[in-house]
Amino acid sequence: MSQQQNALPKIILVGNPNVGKSVLFNVLTGAYTTVSNYPGTSVEVSRGQCEIDGQNYQVLDTPGMYSILPITEEERVARKILLEETPHRVVHVIDARNIERMLPMTMQLIEAGLPVVLVVNILDEAKRLGMELDLAKLQQRLNVPVIGAVMRRRQGLEELRHALSPAPVTQQGAAYDSVLEAAIGRITDTLNGSYRLDKRALALLLMQRDEEVAALVGKIEGENTVAVEETVRTVIFEKRSDLNLQISLERKRICRQALDGVVQQKVLNGLPWSERLSRWTMKPATGIPILLLVLYFGLYRFVGGFGAGTVVDYLEGHLFEGYINPGVIDFVSQHVQATWLWELLVGEYGLWTLGVRYAVALILPIVGTFFLVFSLLEDTGYFPRLAMLVDRLFKMIGLSGRAVIPIVLGFGCDTMATMVTRTLETRRERIISTILLALAIPCSAQLGVILGLLSGVPGALMVWLCSMVFIFLLIGFLSSKIMPGESPMFYMEIPPLRLPQLRNVLVKTLTRMQSYFLEIFPLFLLASVLLWAGKMSGALQGLVSLLLPVISAIGLPGEATSAFIFGFFRRDFGAAGLYQLQTAGLLSPVQLTVAAVTMTLFVPCIAQFLMMKKERGLKVSAGIFMFVSVFAFSAGWLLNILLLATGLLQ
Amino acid sequence: MSKLSPKAEEVLESLWVAVEELDRVACLLTDLDLTPGDETLRELEALAYTEIRGERLYLRKEGRHEAEMTVRRHRLAERLMMDILDIQGEEGNEQACEFEHLLHQGVDTKICTLLNHPTTCPHGKPIPPGACCDEARRAGEVGVVPLTELSSGQSGEIAYLAANDDKKMQKLMSMGVLPGNRLEVIQTYPTYIFKVGHSQFAVDDALAREIHIRQR
Repeated sequence: MSQQQNALPKIILVGNPNVGKSVLFNVLTGAYTTVSNYPGTSVEVSRGQCEIDGQNYQVLDTPGMYSILPITEEERVARKILLEETPHRVVHVIDARNIERMLPMTMQLIEAGLPVVLVVNILDEAKRLGMELDLAKLQQRLNVPVIGAVMRRRQGLEELRHALSPAPVTQQGAAYDSVLEAAIGRITDTLNGSYRLDKRALALLLMQRDEEVAALVGKIEGENTVAVEETVRTVIFEKRSDLNLQISLERKRICRQALDGVVQQKVLNGLPWSERLSRWTMKPATGIPILLLVLYFGLYRFVGGFGAGTVVDYLEGHLFEGYINPGVIDFVSQHVQATWLWELLVGEYGLWTLGVRYAVALILPIVGTFFLVFSLLEDTGYFPRLAMLVDRLFKMIGLSGRAVIPIVLGFGCDTMATMVTRTLETRRERIISTILLALAIPCSAQLGVILGLLSGVPGALMVWLCSMVFIFLLIGFLSSKIMPGESPMFYMEIPPLRLPQLRNVLVKTLTRMQSYFLEIFPLFLLASVLLWAGKMSGALQGLVSLLLPVISAIGLPGEATSAFIFGFFRRDFGAAGLYQLQTAGLLSPVQLTVAAVTMTLFVPCIAQFLMMKKERGLKVSAGIFMFVSVFAFSAGWLLNILLLATGLLQ
Repeated sequence: MSKLSPKAEEVLESLWVAVEELDRVACLLTDLDLTPGDETLRELEALAYTEIRGERLYLRKEGRHEAEMTVRRHRLAERLMMDILDIQGEEGNEQACEFEHLLHQGVDTKICTLLNHPTTCPHGKPIPPGACCDEARRAGEVGVVPLTELSSGQSGEIAYLAANDDKKMQKLMSMGVLPGNRLEVIQTYPTYIFKVGHSQFAVDDALAREIHIRQR
């Protein structure tokens, strides 16, 4: 299939973060990629197909980029596509409200010789801000198709489809002032090879010390590279005082000319209510109470109370225990004679009794409710505001406020979150956040079970919460001291607060649940089979007796050992094992708390470990794995001693 | 006015530091490695800059300004060595000690302007302001301040970006933080929030310091 797809003409979507590229991708292809109201949702390139006038196209959705010169990893991913692919069309999506700021990139794309179609999106919000745009005039000036759109409502989709099909006419980039043009000319004169992108654009990127472009030029020019490099160095030296600024200002000047008479701004009175609310969320005095309310109602009441309580009780206690399980067990008992098979299907660790029941009745409602809350918050645009609120705190642990997004996502799924850490700018930040995700951030399934587990014991939840916050800050602080590297800088676009669209929230929640379920369900079944095999062969007993001294050392009953072994397959699986122990009344409040803390800290699940390995490499991830395992049990041991000594929770 | 010998300048400098910054009234001659009949002392006394009483050397009112200017030249020289020429540590100190004696006849003013009228030396001690600093301050009243100096609700035109890191500059510029654009500060704590065009951005202290605003 990929062979066939690769042969199709390509349509590449590019643009600033949070301008609606993914929405456009979804309406063009009918596929679904996660759409949210925060910058940097798409960290990977999504590929889909669409058909226009009987011709199939491959559509590529790229991560957001601010300029054709990449700085962050996700921008690099997006730019790589532009360097390597030969597109039929490049669709540049911009936010109408910020047309002046985003048009310079359109200029860059045109200058690079790419077949650009410009989509001016979010026209509705621009109108609300009192902006009137004359896009016909802009199209005339730019000489590329310009489409006004509200992609969320599919406005402009038909026009876009029309504009996409005909063969593009290559455009010339606008001319800069003569001094800059002379410098560009000197570099283009030395370039002998043939390139996908226009040489003027390459010259400008070389002047701005773009290493990837330099490498590409080096490969194509061969022996001539030395001469090119020499010229570039000379030009950079001659313009050393303000080269970057000069280029930016020239682009701005050209854009102003292009926009002259295109944009009319009416003056509006007063702040809209969304802007007022936005300011409340950002001021510490009102922002922190709002954050606490969000946490209390969103996480504690809704995910912990409703998801892990009401829904789980109903599904697990009522539906499974009362109706489904007895029926299934009876049915299997009637038809299956062999003990081993009976055990495999409905025994203690059976595929049905353990695998399916845990996945469906325990984990799914919790994950589902978390993703619902997360998607809702995401679409309002709350997370960037959270990022700016915590930036100062995060600086102390070597991260910037930007890292709050992978950390919060970690409460949903640490595996997804580990992948998102690549949006952080420095290697140091990426490693610190990976450690924290592996150690101190429980995923939603685990969190739900732990909240349910601890809410019955007064004080236990508090001790658990304080331990986790303390460990999170301590380990963050220590790793920021140990890890070399400069402290990160923080900048982030704050998108407007928006009322989430119910359909988008639901679709997103369901998509996330689906991918989560597809990811975990096989692992649950595999875990059941492994545990069953272990039980039948006695290997489980061996493993249990191996881990038993450690478990006893932290003051837990021997029965808890298997829960920790489950935890290796899925974090939440282990927590669910504890849940069962508690229901059976085998854990004292102290033991329960120690077990919950140790389990939360304990090794990430298999999927997260594999993702860590993919993102950070084997050496780093193996190091983190070892550290986390040792640290989890040491912390449990210490907490047990502390709790026993102080008499807390007894 | 005839130029003082380097040795005399060193003595004035030590005296000024002792009196102005260490709150002493005078210096012991032995501390300054001087004996009463020294050439250097005669030079200073001839100008009525200093006065010997008993074991101690006093800085007279007449010598105060000259002494202040020698300290200023020394600390400017340190700035020049360490910030611009990047000669650090003991080497920087030594070079500064020799270089300060060359900073006469307006050279100190030129260097002070080149260094943008610094107020402290690399060791954190104040640099006594010269006439050029006062003038610059008076002229700068209309002028340009870093974003960190603005309070919420204030706005202005972006004058220039001071980042010496290319990546930072490019990031700011791609966000629309370009000279000539209007910027409105919305909030200053815990991070700076500002508006350019119809977009809002949050930046930390370090980046906010690089953005210079011309207030109107």
